Amino acid sequence: MSVKKTYSEINEKIKKGEAVVVTAEEIIPMVEEKDAEAVAQEVDVVTTATFGPMCSSGVFLNFGHSDPPIRMKKVWLNDVPAYSGIAAVDAYLGATEEKEKNGEGLYGGAHVIQDLLDGKKVKLRALGTGTDCYPNKEVEGYITLADINEAFMFNARNAYQNYAAATNSTSKTLYTYMGVLLPKFGNVTYSTSGQLSPLLNDPEYRTIGIGTRIFFGGTIGYVSWNGTQHNSNQKRTENGVPVGPAGTLSLIGNLKEMSSEFIKAAVYEKYGVSLFVGVGIPIPVLDAEMVKKVAVKDEEIYTLVIDYGVPKRGRPVLARVSYAELKSGHITIEGKQVPTAPLSSIKKARNIANILKDWILQGSFFLQEPVQSLPANNSVGPMKLKGACEE
Amino acid sequence: MKRRFTMKFQPESTKKPLTYHLIKDYNLKVNILRADITEGQEGRLLMEVEASKADLDKGLKFLESEGVTIIPLDQHLKWDKDNCIHCSACTAVCFSGALQMDRNTWEVNKDSEKCIVCGLCVSACPLKIITVEFR
Repeated sequence: MSVKKTYSEINEKIKKGEAVVVTAEEIIPMVEEKDAEAVAQEVDVVTTATFGPMCSSGVFLNFGHSDPPIRMKKVWLNDVPAYSGIAAVDAYLGATEEKEKNGEGLYGGAHVIQDLLDGKKVKLRALGTGTDCYPNKEVEGYITLADINEAFMFNARNAYQNYAAATNSTSKTLYTYMGVLLPKFGNVTYSTSGQLSPLLNDPEYRTIGIGTRIFFGGTIGYVSWNGTQHNSNQKRTENGVPVGPAGTLSLIGNLKEMSSEFIKAAVYEKYGVSLFVGVGIPIPVLDAEMVKKVAVKDEEIYTLVIDYGVPKRGRPVLARVSYAELKSGHITIEGKQVPTAPLSSIKKARNIANILKDWILQGSFFLQEPVQSLPANNSVGPMKLKGACEE
Repeated sequence: MKRRFTMKFQPESTKKPLTYHLIKDYNLKVNILRADITEGQEGRLLMEVEASKADLDKGLKFLESEGVTIIPLDQHLKWDKDNCIHCSACTAVCFSGALQMDRNTWEVNKDSEKCIVCGLCVSACPLKIITVEFR
């Protein structure tokens, strides 16, 4: 008789404190020892995680109304512009937005987010045009995260399912969002946690979908939609794992409950600002098929090594390598041994997978069945600009 | 033994071939890692010296007698480990092997002995928690 479990059965076990929870790394040796059916019988939930720089991140903020009220047309937080082309005192602050006049070090939206999380005072400046209902034209002062009405993080693209590794064939050092790439294949950088990464453990989006409850920046969050550039049509190996960038997630959660331990501002020199985001996703072990998916290991996950020295959209592919090779510390490109380094933190990802495991074991986190699946046939197209713009 | 020093030279001593004397008279293996010398002003040399302890002590005494200020180097790479998230952006550029990823714990480790103070990790660190300073 093959094992079949439902979300409510697993949640019932969590409630009773009887659920068996392991991380996506811990399940690997279990599946090597026993068959998938036996592991499905034993394990109820597998936790996955990633902690990497995710540019397409930001926060919605509502500042409350001033007296007299203002309809904000332009907003700055610590001199970083936020988007206020929505209702009067709502704004969206993007992680990669930079201070208008940066001094020595780059400071951007990600830093404002981190400062808010650290309880620091943040300077708010806003300009309005002055209307009959919103007569005020300017406000300036300090706010804290505790002072404002709502603050929620809403990220358009997080937790990329696989990502290409980067290297540099040219004779110049390149400063990229994939880190500093040394000349003449001086290094290779990569950015997923491999066998611990959420979407690589549920490659065909069977359990991760819209509505999935997750660990997000230190608190509970949700998958709100597929992410932008969700490329479910990416080429896949036999186990369903994509070779290169594929699925993505749009995530939402309460900034007021997050911690700067899991949300960190980042600067990539001569590139810009980004935000490290900690994401953990539980995968219910519904049956033996699911066990086979979460048992995926670095040796079975492949990605492409791309030459960032070629400034084109379609950069040349130099090699196809597994995460086991990448994590070994070096790979071979054109006969040369090249050192490799991850840009996401595997240590932090492990930490998050363990925290999520503890939450479930303690009965403070329950699984949410997706209300809708992620798109299964989505492709990513290039920019389709047509014609010249006329004056 | 192998040691690294920053040597501060006064304008008058920059005219003497000090490195020549260190090698010839004191049997020191000298490797200059960085030089910052402007004529008429104070100069700084970052050097790695390999020698027996006795030779090294004698050589350093000679430099001091020539008015050179010697600053041992091990404090120059400052890494705020408590705030490190252990991504590997610094180890990606550290060709001397001073910053390395432990691939079991996935923690960054620092071996100051290997650091040549090239400063690439300072550029590469996304959290800006590595600094290199001349004292």
